[in-house]
Amino acid sequence: MREFSTDILVIGGGPAGLSAAAEAASTGAGVTIAESERRLGGQLVKQSHKFFGGKEEHAGTRGYEIAKILKDEISQYGDRVRTMFNTTIVGYYGDEGIVTAMVGEEDYFHISPKKIVVACGAQERLIPFPNNDIPGVYGAGAVQTLMNVYGIVPGRRVLMVGAGNIGLIVTYQLLQTGVEVAAILEATPRIGGYWVHAAKVRRMGVPILLRHSIKRATGDQVVTGADIVELDENFSEAGLSEHVECDTICLAVGLTPTNELLWQAGCRMRYTPYLCGHVPLRDASMRTSNENIWIAGDSSGIEEASAAMIEGRIAGLSAAESLGYKAPPGKFDRYRSRLRNLRAGEVGEKIRAGVASVAVAEWGNV
Amino acid sequence: MYDCRLKTGRFLLRLKSFEVVSVNLIEEHPVLDFSHGEKVPFSFDGRILEGFEGAPVAMALHANGVRVYRRTQEMKRPRGFFCAIGKCSSCLMVVDGVPNVRTCVTLLKRGMKVETQIGRGHVNLSVEGS
Repeated sequence: MREFSTDILVIGGGPAGLSAAAEAASTGAGVTIAESERRLGGQLVKQSHKFFGGKEEHAGTRGYEIAKILKDEISQYGDRVRTMFNTTIVGYYGDEGIVTAMVGEEDYFHISPKKIVVACGAQERLIPFPNNDIPGVYGAGAVQTLMNVYGIVPGRRVLMVGAGNIGLIVTYQLLQTGVEVAAILEATPRIGGYWVHAAKVRRMGVPILLRHSIKRATGDQVVTGADIVELDENFSEAGLSEHVECDTICLAVGLTPTNELLWQAGCRMRYTPYLCGHVPLRDASMRTSNENIWIAGDSSGIEEASAAMIEGRIAGLSAAESLGYKAPPGKFDRYRSRLRNLRAGEVGEKIRAGVASVAVAEWGNV
Repeated sequence: MYDCRLKTGRFLLRLKSFEVVSVNLIEEHPVLDFSHGEKVPFSFDGRILEGFEGAPVAMALHANGVRVYRRTQEMKRPRGFFCAIGKCSSCLMVVDGVPNVRTCVTLLKRGMKVETQIGRGHVNLSVEGS
């Protein structure tokens, strides 16, 4: 079996992983990025909308352009950053100091990294309703992949489930593509996403039905519609269901962190509803309870890409520092203050509470 | 509270019925430009279809209006793709005779033989020289 070693293995080449790799390489550390797709950028490559936040967070720049900026940043380090595509890290063997990697479906080999940054993102959630398994019920990410990456019309008429940012943004992207969106359903009494996104889709005539949920998908072989129903304060059905014609039901009901490797590595985990799943405890440098493993981005808790990029920078810098590479003075503080700014205000309330509940000051006390 | 339902009325949801037809490629987009690979033929359950080389098999099928990629073992339920990033196993098919191939992350090649997978699929266990 083939084997090679590296200073820092970054698992995942999305916004968090690329930022971690760039930061670590900037100190002189050697970095290997393992990416399961055939391209870098993660979900950024599907984001055709412009980002918010400060200038340092690439505000006003479209997601796929941010992916290019990060790739350019990495390419300036030349051979110091090695990228492996179509590669999934499937096993962690702490005693031997190796991970097992799989290229494609059948080719396995070993990597022995000194330090690891886990930035492997998230996966789509599914909600239970009859017929949720038939073709035509797609995750929001899948709809974005079809239309924004491969230029394929996902369907003719879509019912969107979920009025968070993803549901709102994907609705707008569907309208841009010329696809009709029958309605956006939201089980809670509030729109979860930014109002600027909600206002856009409302101006284009898409109803946002608060306190509504999907009761079942209809169709024998493929989706031909959905029964929807209004909910009361206790999320119980209030009234009769209504039928909506559609050929696609797009689920934008949230993500959950991809955390299998962290479990394998014995990182101390905690179920944290505000971060959407089981996430590892971490110190201020994004290190986990395993002294060789750092985390960044959605696999450390579901947030958004701007925060993921800063977390990646902190994690990459800290992992490099642990190997004796030097971080410029004040850099950590600047990243931490940018992260605080992003999480400020009412919008960041739940994230702040979630992060506080898994933050560890010193590992000796845990 | 921001309740849009009051302003729009529910009649918007009750549009006339329409046929489910095959959908295809986005021709114009206000933001994105799409560069497709070479158009190549492949077969799906014996039918000859066309798709772009370098794009996943699942996408090529979707662009051709194919939605059902496999049938489940117990309940014979139809399945298509769901996550499109190789994580959910919904889109497993038989590709060039190999069952359980994740078609959303397997790239299309000229002449590929793609088949609907029934149940768990079968592996050819004959070993050379035995």
